[in-house]
Amino acid sequence: MSAAQDSAVVFRGVGKRFDDWVFRSVDLALPAKRTSAIVGESGCGKTTLLQLVNAVLRPDEGSVEVLGGGVPDTGLEAFRRRIGYAVQGAGLFPHLTLVENVSLLARLERWDGDAVDARVGELFELVGLTRDLDHRYPHELSGGQQHRAGLCRAMMLKPDMLLLDEPFSAIDPITRVDIYGEFEALQGHEQVTTVLVTHDIREARRLADFLVVMGGGGVVQAGAVDEVVSSPASDQVRRLLESGA
Amino acid sequence: MNLGVTLARTAVVAASFAVAAEEPIVVASKNFTEAYILGEAVAQLLESEGFEVDRKIGLGGTKICYDALVEGDVDVYVEYTGTIAEAIKNIDGEPTRQKIAEALAPDGVEMLDGFGFNNTYALAVPRQVAEERGLGKISDLPDHPDLRMAVSHEFLERPDGWPGLQRLYGIEEIPDGIEHALAYEALADGSIDLTDAYSTDGELKRYDLTVLEDDRGFFPTYMAVPLVRTDLDPRARNVLRRVGGTLDDVEMSDLNAAAVFGGRSTESIAASYLVDKGILGTNAEAEVVLPQDSLVARLSRNTGRHLFLVAAAVIPATLVAVGLAFAIFKLPWFSRGAVYIAGLMQTIPSIALLALLIPLVGIGWLPAVIALFLYALLPILRNAVTALTSIEPTLRRVAVAMGLKPAEELRHVFVPLAMPSIVAGVRTAAVICIGTATLAAFIGAGGLGDPIVKGLALNDTRLILEGAIPAASLAVLTELVFEAVERWLVPGHLRSSNTAGTAI
Repeated sequence: MSAAQDSAVVFRGVGKRFDDWVFRSVDLALPAKRTSAIVGESGCGKTTLLQLVNAVLRPDEGSVEVLGGGVPDTGLEAFRRRIGYAVQGAGLFPHLTLVENVSLLARLERWDGDAVDARVGELFELVGLTRDLDHRYPHELSGGQQHRAGLCRAMMLKPDMLLLDEPFSAIDPITRVDIYGEFEALQGHEQVTTVLVTHDIREARRLADFLVVMGGGGVVQAGAVDEVVSSPASDQVRRLLESGA
Repeated sequence: MNLGVTLARTAVVAASFAVAAEEPIVVASKNFTEAYILGEAVAQLLESEGFEVDRKIGLGGTKICYDALVEGDVDVYVEYTGTIAEAIKNIDGEPTRQKIAEALAPDGVEMLDGFGFNNTYALAVPRQVAEERGLGKISDLPDHPDLRMAVSHEFLERPDGWPGLQRLYGIEEIPDGIEHALAYEALADGSIDLTDAYSTDGELKRYDLTVLEDDRGFFPTYMAVPLVRTDLDPRARNVLRRVGGTLDDVEMSDLNAAAVFGGRSTESIAASYLVDKGILGTNAEAEVVLPQDSLVARLSRNTGRHLFLVAAAVIPATLVAVGLAFAIFKLPWFSRGAVYIAGLMQTIPSIALLALLIPLVGIGWLPAVIALFLYALLPILRNAVTALTSIEPTLRRVAVAMGLKPAEELRHVFVPLAMPSIVAGVRTAAVICIGTATLAAFIGAGGLGDPIVKGLALNDTRLILEGAIPAASLAVLTELVFEAVERWLVPGHLRSSNTAGTAI
């Protein structure tokens, strides 16, 4: 697969090992301005692949190209600030209030107070948070509110890309459906390239345009969601798709 | 904030050190009643001739005083010839003036004329016990192995004390060690039967004690003599020669009794001795010079000094321990060694640590502050390391992935998350140091331990309480101050009182 102009992330022959190889020879291009979902059994390397994108991990073979360039060796912080990041359990800092958590990076970037406030207001509206929660600490918020805050924090700096590591898996099913809707509103408004790691194939089909199925030490199939669904490349992929039917 | 008050006090105390730098004569004394009186007399005598004097009365035992003299931290203190011959210099045969002078010269120390009395060691038993058992001589002791004996720690170790006595008289029992000032009370309430005494102790008469005759002539002569540094101002040395031959055994014994039972201060006893013997100088201010400060003045001076010692130890210890904790956090291989070493420091008994520091940094506040610093490290370090290593891995991953720079990560994530534990650690360290700092008086560092040490030596409960009550109050106050600091630094739900695992 060649690095098309409209690819946001390109993996070329990428392998990563800790003790054993997690995966090898991954060639993959993820489309820009779209949502890509990485699915597969647990332990197949979904999160590892995601962490190669924002250089929390480095590949042991091959190369990764992000947002049209290689991953820089220095100034990693500036690079990572162009890439929002949200995790399972939200990962809010317990000593900061809701608004302090969301606005931390903008304040470190020395945005002026009005700009910070306007951006927080915009994001809160998109995900359905109200400003009367501003000064609550994370433990005073519901699980759903915490996860919405996690999304807002990731989007605060208007990043070029958003990485989501199973961000919705710890939320109760009813709230989750609401958050899907809010995420889609956010996505529609911000038009940001998103890479979503999930073990939930239904979630992937609901939110993603592009599907990457991992397993057996590499990528089994990658393509537009409809394409993968209509012609699974193997029995393994078929079973995975059926598990969420 | 009360921290501000502490800092201001610290600055005041530190400033007063700077002013005192014009080389006064440092007068020290050992830490028992007679030594207090004689040390004070030496100080007042010098002041009466216009010398400026820095008092380190009650500085410590033989080793501490003599080492301080040799190191130049002290210019003069009163020692005993027998102690010089046996405990300090190991002189063979009869210790003549000549032999002692030759032994002291290489240390830059000179012995002046003695006060005149001989305060030798003696073994004392209550008269009633002596009569019941027919005890009169030390050579009777081997026949009474059931006597409950307790002697001062120094006597137990010195060659001219128990070990030599045991050999010469063939005594098999080893006595317990006891603080000398407490031994008389123990004799009086019948919990021991025998202790070592000084032959000029005022207590001998008061407690109706019989002194066992040293029938084989074991105890050497202990003439009280001023020891001075050879580089002491010759004029000062001449003034000090006046004490020569001014006191006999009975007179000294009476002076001691006046302090222990007459309720008079050692300062005023020393002053009347100088006046009675007509050796006080002509300086018109001599009478005014007597340190007659009020309870309030003493309390605030001792408390101020105490706070200075604690603050000067705990503040740097906090910075070092927190720095170390972050180093450990970033370089885990470093952690075991650092925590072990800090733990090791904690296990060294405080008096031993203080004594070990004297050859390195002398006496006074510096070794005390160093010792307290070492004690303060561990609780802060352990708390900070525990807090940092127990930060949720997700939060650390988020902090990196968000693109926080290392300094921002510290400032906005790690420090605030570890803060409740760090504050709790500093609080523990401060309270430990307030207690331990009372021991600093043994090496001349002053503080609230001063009246305690003096009270022990003079058997004066009021003096002991004058140190103990403020020290205890200070510890309670510190707890309150830290609660306020915690309220100020840590949001409610993260305070140590609400968080499992951070309390000590």
